[in-house]
Amino acid sequence: MPDPETPPSAAGWLAMLIAQVRPACTLLATLAIITGIFYPLAMTMAIQQLFPYQASGSLVQDAQGTVRGSALIGQPFRAPQWFHGRPSATGETPCDPTASGGSNLGPTNPALAGLVRERVAALRAENGSFLGPLPIDLVTASGSGLDPHISPAAARLQVTRVAAARGLPQEIVEKMVTDHLEPAMLGIFGRPRVNVFLLNLALGSLPGAAAADRSP
Amino acid sequence: MIMLQAWIEIACILAITVVAACAIAPWLAAIFRVGAKDTGDAPTGLLQRCLAAIERPLLQAAGSWPVREMTAGEYGAAILVFHAAGFGLLLGILRLQAVLPWNPAGVPAVPWLIALNTAASFTTNTNWQSYAGETTLSPLSQTLGLTVQNFVSAASGLCVLAVLTRGLVRRTSGTIGNFWQDLVRSTLGLLLPLAILLAAALASQGVVQTFATSREVALIDTTGSPAGSAETTRRILTGPVASQVAIKQLGTNGGGYFNANSAHPFENPTPLTNLLEIAAMLLIPLASCLAFGRWVGDRRQGRALLAAMALLFLPFLLIIVHVETRPNPLLQADELLQSVDQGASTDHEGGSLEGKEVRFGAAASALFAVGTTATSCGAVNAMHDSFSPLGGLVAMWMIQLGEVVFGGVGTGLAGLIAYTLVAVFVAGLMVGRSPEYLGKKIEAREMKMGMIVLLVPPITTLIGTAAACVLRGEAAAAPNPGPHGFSELLYAFSSAANNNGSAFGGLTATSPFWTLSLAAAMLVSRMLTMLPLVAIGGSLAAKRTVAESPGTLPTHTPLFVLLVAGTVILVGALSFVPALALGPLAEALQPLPALIQKGTP
Repeated sequence: MPDPETPPSAAGWLAMLIAQVRPACTLLATLAIITGIFYPLAMTMAIQQLFPYQASGSLVQDAQGTVRGSALIGQPFRAPQWFHGRPSATGETPCDPTASGGSNLGPTNPALAGLVRERVAALRAENGSFLGPLPIDLVTASGSGLDPHISPAAARLQVTRVAAARGLPQEIVEKMVTDHLEPAMLGIFGRPRVNVFLLNLALGSLPGAAAADRSP
Repeated sequence: MIMLQAWIEIACILAITVVAACAIAPWLAAIFRVGAKDTGDAPTGLLQRCLAAIERPLLQAAGSWPVREMTAGEYGAAILVFHAAGFGLLLGILRLQAVLPWNPAGVPAVPWLIALNTAASFTTNTNWQSYAGETTLSPLSQTLGLTVQNFVSAASGLCVLAVLTRGLVRRTSGTIGNFWQDLVRSTLGLLLPLAILLAAALASQGVVQTFATSREVALIDTTGSPAGSAETTRRILTGPVASQVAIKQLGTNGGGYFNANSAHPFENPTPLTNLLEIAAMLLIPLASCLAFGRWVGDRRQGRALLAAMALLFLPFLLIIVHVETRPNPLLQADELLQSVDQGASTDHEGGSLEGKEVRFGAAASALFAVGTTATSCGAVNAMHDSFSPLGGLVAMWMIQLGEVVFGGVGTGLAGLIAYTLVAVFVAGLMVGRSPEYLGKKIEAREMKMGMIVLLVPPITTLIGTAAACVLRGEAAAAPNPGPHGFSELLYAFSSAANNNGSAFGGLTATSPFWTLSLAAAMLVSRMLTMLPLVAIGGSLAAKRTVAESPGTLPTHTPLFVLLVAGTVILVGALSFVPALALGPLAEALQPLPALIQKGTP
């Protein structure tokens, strides 16, 4: 038994390292196969059986059976007849799932204030009849750029515009917003929110909606 | 009212984490045999028989059966060779992914600099990512490359903790366990079962786990952008995500499948997954403290170390939650933005929401941020770059404290024990008694090794940051102006040199300087913390145990907890307060009207 207090010679160290090469390579290979191939493979097969909808991306179909997107991933909405989501900072185009990410603008970066001003101006122009305060989530970009949610206040302030653009009574649109309200889990975890993608999908499937959606 | 709900949410998440940690502590304690070989603890019970059944064929194949105890030198050599092999394997996969199977998008080989940086990053449990996962890596690189390192780098951390514990427990022993046995036991006996459970739970909420990697969908609103570009579709990317997210949280790795990490709805879709991910990254570091108490045969010792960590964690948690749920003063001071409501109400979330997701809210995002930087996880559910100046400061400082406030799996507690030895030494000097910890005399060799553990990360951080500031053009990697730009540089080196992996993400760290210096920082500080810790273990194991006397400093009292926490704070403050003053503190104190003028179009 070598005394740990006296360090071995250089050759001793080298021999010590070389002695570990075989177990290192063998165990790396076996652990790689177990955790890098068997584990993800087995989890995929098991989870696909247990939760096929969630595991495949929570894909949502319209009435015709066409997949229109994922219930978890936001889409860009610009026309007045749709509810608009949060600003998105994903690269060239908003809400691009191939380039997820935030703006990374610092909290005191003047460019942040500049962008928020532009967004405020655009929101005021679109929603002329709404004079109340604008909720902060509607004028700031999310972390993923794919946030499908807005706050209930951010949805409600758009009701008048959407109803007018679609020629629908306000009450119907308002009720749809209320129906799509997701509360905090157990009243504690997370925040109340409205899924803009699911809300708009429901709007688009209202009888007679197709005509409104096509109009510019 | 809203803040009350936020605090209840935070308290519930932390309480659930503590309960879970208490539940797995006996399991974790049973994974490693810490006593000397001849003192018994023969394989009894179901877990021990399972472990024996799993490890035997693997160790036989590796030529390490029957298990032979190693000296500290051999153990260190094994760690070094295993990391080198892991680095080589990962580098090979990243460079060859274009010709390897399961590359449906046909992504090319990862460029050399990025591949080197990534291989260093994932083998060192850092998971700094200078690439965007969704566009740079094939699913095979994600699973066989990254997921594997997520497991084994975390397992190596636990091995170091086991060695240090054996050093304290064993008497006049020349050996400190067998690395290969410890590695297999912690990977397959602890991390894999936990990851399977967590992956299934995450997937039930919507974290994707599929062989399909991409799906084109037609947009609902086909109006097109104001610029007139005809964009009518989006490509939704999926893949084997849940299996990787589970271990990236549990192993305090933090490398996301997607660029947006745990802010991405496919990595963290609901408040429940957010809870699970926060609990998962704190779970093993918390349980390690409790297991440590069991190993040394005095549970009060483990609780005292846990209390020291909690004492360092909770004040910063209060600060970051407070500042992140406050309005952004820049927007508040802007006359044109008076009609923006930044306060929280039942109807909408308030606070600094740039870079945060609506489903989590500002408070839970702040909790995630302080959790991910206190542990060396580095996953993010909100963009730290856009946090308020003081929020960013808390995140950065938690990293700079050396990742010992919970810290990385295994390495966090091991690092705190190194701080504890220093605290014992300082206390011994003050009262004029020979310093001891758990019956072991702390002498020159332990102190020398302990100082390496304490000082290498801050030195690496500060030299790296200074180099980035001085070298021509390298500071331009930071996109934000003013003190925040400096913060981005400082955060990057803090993250790399403490093996955290989170970032002020605006930084473009792809130049040769950035990729190579960060890779070097990650490797140097990982090795120069792990190997000295193993050396401390070896040198302590060789010592006799000193009988407790009336003059022995008790190491489980509130006074000692304060002493340990104070040592951590002192080293952290002395190393970093000047740098923090130039970055986040200066940013928090700068006058706002001048900035608003600049923002005017």
